[in-house]
Order: sequence, then structure tokens, then C-alpha cells
Amino acid sequence: MTSDDIKNTVLRLLGTVAPEADLGRIKPGSRFRDQLDIDSMDRLNFVIALHKEFNVEIPESDYSKLETLDDCVSYLTSHMSPVPKA
Amino acid sequence: MATHLTVAAAQPVLATAHSVIHKRVEDWAVAPNLKDYSATRSAFSWAAALKELDGLPDGQGLNIAHEAIDRHACGPLRNHLAIRWIGKRGDVRDYTYGDLQILTNRFANVLKKLGAQKGDRVYVLAGRIPELYIAALGTLKQRCVFCPLFSAFGPQPIKARMTIGGAKLLVTTQCLYERKVRQIRNEVPTLEHVLIIPEEPGAELPPGTEDLTRLMAAAPPEDFNIEPTDPQDVALLHFTSGTTGTPKGAIHVHEAVVAHHITGKLALDFHADDIFWCTADPGWVTGTSYGIIAPLTNGITCIVDEEDFDAERWYRILQDQKVTVWYSAPTAIRMLMKTGKELPAKYDLSSLRFLASVGEPLNPEAVVWSHETYGLPFHDNWWQTETGGIMIANFAAMDVRPGSMGKPLPGIDAAIVQKHKDGSVEEIVEPGVQGEIALRPGWPSMFRGYWQEKERYEKCFAGGFYFTGDLAKRDADGYYWFVGRKDDVIKTSGHLIGPFEVESVLLEHKAVADSAVIGKPDPMAGEIVKAFVLLHEGRQPTDDLRRELMAWARSRLGAAVAPKEIEFVTTLPRTRSGKIMRRLLKNREMGLPEGDTSTLEQS
Repeated sequence: MTSDDIKNTVLRLLGTVAPEADLGRIKPGSRFRDQLDIDSMDRLNFVIALHKEFNVEIPESDYSKLETLDDCVSYLTSHMSPVPKA
Repeated sequence: MATHLTVAAAQPVLATAHSVIHKRVEDWAVAPNLKDYSATRSAFSWAAALKELDGLPDGQGLNIAHEAIDRHACGPLRNHLAIRWIGKRGDVRDYTYGDLQILTNRFANVLKKLGAQKGDRVYVLAGRIPELYIAALGTLKQRCVFCPLFSAFGPQPIKARMTIGGAKLLVTTQCLYERKVRQIRNEVPTLEHVLIIPEEPGAELPPGTEDLTRLMAAAPPEDFNIEPTDPQDVALLHFTSGTTGTPKGAIHVHEAVVAHHITGKLALDFHADDIFWCTADPGWVTGTSYGIIAPLTNGITCIVDEEDFDAERWYRILQDQKVTVWYSAPTAIRMLMKTGKELPAKYDLSSLRFLASVGEPLNPEAVVWSHETYGLPFHDNWWQTETGGIMIANFAAMDVRPGSMGKPLPGIDAAIVQKHKDGSVEEIVEPGVQGEIALRPGWPSMFRGYWQEKERYEKCFAGGFYFTGDLAKRDADGYYWFVGRKDDVIKTSGHLIGPFEVESVLLEHKAVADSAVIGKPDPMAGEIVKAFVLLHEGRQPTDDLRRELMAWARSRLGAAVAPKEIEFVTTLPRTRSGKIMRRLLKNREMGLPEGDTSTLEQS
């Protein structure tokens, strides 16, 4: 998976949690919560969606590392197992 | 009718299910204000509670803002820290009681200059920024009515609340105005002024708005004399929801401050040097009664964090700010539980003395967990928008029975009652029997009405009681145990959502023929908003349409109110008279018996 693939997948999952969001306007370096109308349950659901899609264990203490698009891409890149998802 | 259970009620309603947390005098770092429940209760009078306040000079009445700020600003607490505000990026702004006096005077002078009169409704739509606190208290000084709007509301709930309450003036940020108000502004005909807190100083503002920063700078800071204020003058308008109909504006008067003040002392155990953190947003009643008024009338320091929940940030704040009393909510506590015990172990939380929780019932596991993790249990307490202040609580000096909401405050007469079909009211004295929590009217922060809805208000009273709509049991020792709601309102993350408000917005979508909205039990939020949607003929229940409806609802209602889940159905259960049977849908969702369906219309 290239980092562009990861980015597009992250955006797609964000779109399932906040379908009203204009994903094309997401600034990669700023926090989702500052750009979108999302609450803490949405953020939780977003992390759960990342976990399911990328098959990556995300401990609660790492939630703060998934606040921006850039954060997500670098976190997932370094945590994804090299073996493709079954 | 089938039994209605919530997440909390699914736990055993027995004192023995979780061991009692005993309170011992030798464990007290500071002696609690309420040391002996029965003795304090029998000695208590509201007249004596009133004497703890000053009243306006020369017997000119009672005004919340005077008790919260001016009386301290003119005394030894002038330079005491009143509010420490922590911004999203960690920047800190400090306000002493003296500072708050000047700023609220300025704001009151701004209102005066704009022609806002006694009783006019001043709405504030903002995140937890300093201007919100200043506007709230300045509004009360000018004897206008403060009406907070939760900043996560979408345009629809904002419009509904401003229209019902007849908003004269709105204070908001530039960003929230652009996103949520601009599109509905013309639909609120009473709205004369919109005061904007600019993104950055001197920013160009939308047409028809005024720059609050400039108005504040131009207003005289000194000598705002609060005009005579009758304790029965309207001070606060807090919107809440019922099952049906539009949101209801619960009216509170200046006299409510007597209850705010004394419950802060008795239920939250405020002491002179306390540093208090109420994590609730002032968009809801807790964030106003206990996030603004009670700590300030008690002359203590409030921590205000602009940011939303974040476990590490919260522990850092508790440590760095040396918070002594912490008032939070079950959803946040459960999220902290989820992050585990290792994280708090990294922080020095030794300043903490008293922990309290409100918003929805706190499950016993969370009480036990906090006791194990922090060495202090969370003390659940219970009250409502209508009651204005804490009514039933676990006290610092009273043993905690995990899962129980505690006992009625001194000055509060509560009962478990059953209303019969003939209108008669029976008080249930036998322990362990379920009924509705009812309160004897007469405490100072009791709501005085729903804004322009006399009939809805009167319906809340019978047989000399105010009926709360909450079902509970009382054990043999007088502890109250929450069972569930009598109606269909949804408690999500501590916020009260009316299903009707959500259903109405879904119905406005052209694909939707009918909808029913319930609270679906959720381990984290207590309940989440779930919508059942019946589509018009010819519309296919696709994932794309589900997403479209989610987007539709979220952009109108906001993330806090819109459904988190939408399920397409081919029929919705209704009674013969056409009423949606939300309870049945909820029972189905929980795998419970559906109950008596004999009055159902089979389609």
C-alpha cells in the first residue's frame, strides 16, 4: 500500500463517520476535529474503522496520534504488518 | 408495558452487588462541609442558605452575577484567581475576580448601549472560550436572560431554540456564525443584534454583525450598577427536550443562586482554596450551574479547558493545575477507564480530593474502578435541567454504594411515587419498589415554567409533587437507584436529545416516508441516537442513501444530535392512535420482550 492509498482509505473511512464532510478540503496537517463537526463518539468510531480496515491494533493511548490526516498516514505506515490483510 | 431498562439498570440493583465504599474520618484530608447527613438535613433551612449570600447593596434584591463576582471583587478575594482558561494549544489566560468584574461590567455596558432591556433574551453560541463566561455573567448584570446554545448543535436546533425563546441578541464566534447561523438568521425575526468574536483582531466580519471585541473596548469598564433585581426575575433559559414536540425552555430565576451556592458546598464539598474543574460545557445546564455559577459564588478557582475530551490532556490538567474537586460525566469516565490504569499512574494526581459525576447514571464498575485507580471514588449525583441544581447525591462523608445516585440534598424532599390512572398519586414507602422520582416544589432553583408553554409546565405537577420522568427505587437505607426514563428521551454522552427533533429533520428528506428515533444502549455513551427509517415507495435502501441521510441529518442537527446509526425498515410500529412505539423498537434493539403489542396497528 502506498501512502496515497493509505491517505485515500483514511479519507474514505472519515467519510463514513462524517458523510457531510467535504473531504477534498481537509488540510492534511490540521486536526480533523478543528475542521469538521465531529464529536468524541465520531472520533472513537473513526479509530475503530481504521483498526478494522488496516488490521492494526490501536491502543487507546495512541488515539492522540491519529488526529490529522498526516498523523494517520505515518502511524498506519509504521504499524501496518507487511503481510497483506487476509 | 414491558420493562424499560438502561445500561445502568442492567446492573444488579442491590447494595451488595458491589461492596460499599466506606468513608472513614481518618481518611479525610479536609473535613467535609457535610459531615453528618441526618444532622445537616434536619438543621437545614433555605432561609439560612440565603444568608450565606450578600444580596445587592441597600436591599436591592438578589442577582446571580453580584454573588458570583462583584461581592468577591470588592472584598478580600479581588485578586484571587476566578477562572484559569486553557486554550486548545495549551495557552493559558487567568482572570481574577477583579478582572471578571471589569470585563462583565464592560459586557453589561455593551448590552445597555445596544438597548437590551431587563428580561430580553441574550443567546450565546460558543465553545468554552473566555467570552462565553464573560457574556453569561454580564448578561445577568444587565438583568437580561442568559440562554446558552451548545456549540455542537447544527443550524436546526439553533434556529428552533432562538425562535422559541425570542432571541434579541446573539453572541457567537465568526466561525460558528458562518457555519451555523448565517443560513438561518433571517428566520429568527426577533434577533436584532449579532455580536461576533472575530477569528483574529480586525478581521472583516459578515454583514449585519457587530464586532464584540471593539464594542467591549469602547464600553466603560467601571461602575456598572446592577439595577434592583427581584429574586423572582428570570435569569436563565435552558433548553431541554421531551419525547414529543419542540424543545422546552426551562426558566430559572435569580433566586436559583441560593441552591447553586449551597449545593456546591454540600454536594461538591467546595472549600475556600479549592481548584475546581467541571468538564461540562455551559451549553448544558451543568456547565452553567456548576461550570460558572456555583464555584464563583463560593469564591474558588475554576479551570476551563477549551478542548474536548482527551485522556492524556485531562490527566495533565489535573496534575499541573492541582485540581482538588473534579466534576465530570459517565461517558468521559468510561473513556478514561478504557485507557487503563497505567496512564494515570504517570501523573501526580495527589491534589485531588473529591470526584463527582452527573449526566446519566454512573455504572458501579466505574465507581469501583475510580476508587482503585485514583484512590477516590466518583460520587454520582442526580438532577435535571428543570431542577437547576443537584437534588440527590453521594456526599464526601457518606458511604458510597456503587451504582446508587445517593440521597436527597438537605432542603430537598424526594419521593418514589406512582401516578394512578384516575390522577391520584401514591407515595411508595416500601423499599426496593420501582416508581417515578418526584420532588416537593419549593427549592430556589426549581424551574418556574417552560418558556411560553404553560400547559406543558403544569403537566409536570400533581398531588403536590413535581414529576421528574425518571424511574428509580429507594433501598431500605434511603439510597436512590436509577432504573430508567419514563418517556423516550435519549441520553447520549450526558446530553438529552428529543427523538422528535431528529425525526422531523429526517422527514424533511424527500426519500423518507416515516422515521422513529430511539436511544440505543451503548457501552461508552450510555445511549447513541439510532434512527429507523421507512422509505417512500421506489426508493432503494442502499448504503449510499444511508450515507446521504446521515449527512443530511448531521449538517442540519450537528454531530451531537444527529443519529449515529440509521436502519432501513419496511414498517414502523404505531399504536392505533398513530403514536410511534419507540419503546417497542428499543426493546427489540436490546433483545428484550417486546411487551404488550395488542394496541399495535399491523400494516
